[in-house]
Amino acid sequence: MTTTSDPGGRGDLKAGVPAVTMKDVDKWYGSFHALKDIDLTVARGEKIVVCGPSGSGKSTLIRCINQLETVEKGTITVEGIELTAGPKNVEKIRRDVGMVFQQFNLFPHMTVLQNCMLAPMKVRGTTKADADATARKYLERVRIPEQADKYPAQLSGGQQQRVAIARALCMNPKLMLFDEPTSALDPEMVNEVLDTMIDLAQEGMTMLVVTHEMGFARKVADRVIFMDRGEIVEVGEPESFFSNPKHERTRTFLGQISH
Amino acid sequence: MIRQFGITEFWFIVAAVQWTLALSAVAFAGGAVGGMAIALARVSEIKPLRYSALAIIRFFQGTPLLMQLFLAFFGLRILGVEINPWIAAAIALTAHASAFLGEIWRGCIEAVPKGQSEASWALGIGYYDRMVSVVLPQAARIAVAPTVGFLVQLIKGTSLASIIGFVELTRAGQIINNATFSPFTVFGIVAALYFILCWPLSLLATRMERRFAVATRR
Ligand SMILES: Nc1ncnc2c1ncn2[C@@H]1O[C@H](COP(=O)(O)OP(=O)(O)O)[C@@H](O)[C@H]1O
Ligand SMILES: [Mg+2]
Repeated sequence: MTTTSDPGGRGDLKAGVPAVTMKDVDKWYGSFHALKDIDLTVARGEKIVVCGPSGSGKSTLIRCINQLETVEKGTITVEGIELTAGPKNVEKIRRDVGMVFQQFNLFPHMTVLQNCMLAPMKVRGTTKADADATARKYLERVRIPEQADKYPAQLSGGQQQRVAIARALCMNPKLMLFDEPTSALDPEMVNEVLDTMIDLAQEGMTMLVVTHEMGFARKVADRVIFMDRGEIVEVGEPESFFSNPKHERTRTFLGQISH
Repeated sequence: MIRQFGITEFWFIVAAVQWTLALSAVAFAGGAVGGMAIALARVSEIKPLRYSALAIIRFFQGTPLLMQLFLAFFGLRILGVEINPWIAAAIALTAHASAFLGEIWRGCIEAVPKGQSEASWALGIGYYDRMVSVVLPQAARIAVAPTVGFLVQLIKGTSLASIIGFVELTRAGQIINNATFSPFTVFGIVAALYFILCWPLSLLATRMERRFAVATRR
């Protein structure tokens, strides 16, 4: 049999289950067509950067993946589970999909440590001791272990965003979504957050990142997606995407953000 | 025969404070439970629940408390339920407090930024834990001052229960006034007693408001 000459067959089969599949997805806000016929497959371990003008549907796109937004048409499958099939699946998948928001969205009435411990304890039923240990491990990873007992408001923006990343990681997610994680930060704090994200990428995390940080995209992305008016206009590897964009709209956009 | 206003009359009025307090406490405790249910129904994702809660709120906001008392007292009697003024007043004021606290707390829950719920959803946290651990603790900070403010209104509102014959502070005043005919003294004392009950609460509300403002600025 010729198939026996494929030693990578089993591995490929496993890698063949994509982290995310979006098929013919359409989304409306009332009469506003926010996502138009989106088709996207994200492989496990893949890092994807999404860019595009404000209002083009970037947030909507990634928020559909953990069903913070529901879609009217098409199917979304995450880790082999079809989300659009019912609320039970949504609950199941949200535990495995971490999300980092532009505005951090830390819980202000809890310490950094409590922020990180809440979901593992309440959702996964982790014991307090284990949740504590996990939280401290990830706070170490994002390089702020000494802030564990402070409240979010006592931290800088960059520190808060790193806590938000640690909080998501404490759930041991299979996939991480980032919605403009550095857009609300003072410029001098952008790099500490990007560095944390680069570390995460190098550890093999599957990541979908909405960002206009093109340095990050070049360094980390396997593919860059350009969105405009609810459509995926162009998808490419960073090298060709930046040096040789195919579409006029992409060129215009890249021209605008590089100035 | 007109009696002199003396120490006995004075103590009769003061003693009635306990009934004002008891009625306020029952209505407030019941109203807290009912109010929480109404507030949660108002922010629920289930439409019929939202609208039923809204209907309840509109009814109690749109009718005088006195009518609500009459309905509870005379209405239940017409239905053949023999009801004493104390129970009727407690039912009416509890329902009244539920509707008002429900509306106050709905506002407080909605004042918690949407991002807090979104972060909870994104972490897979379910309805119960999202409410108990994330949303309600933050709403509670905002709720303290208006809630104490409403409690003051409620204490003063119990005076209306005098009309259906429940002997609380105001009714005790009327009884003594009918016997002594010294309205200025009697109702002066009654007013002073209400003030003594309500003023510390107003102070407390202001203090707590300030403390939470400091705590959240931390
Ligand atoms: N909840 C909503 N209701 C109505 N319109 C919305 C809502 N959220 C987003 N939109 C609209 O959908 C479009 C895409 O929004 P969004 O995905 O946030 O864009 P981006 O993240 O690319 O800036 C925008 O025009 C925005 O105004
Ligand atoms: Mg956005």
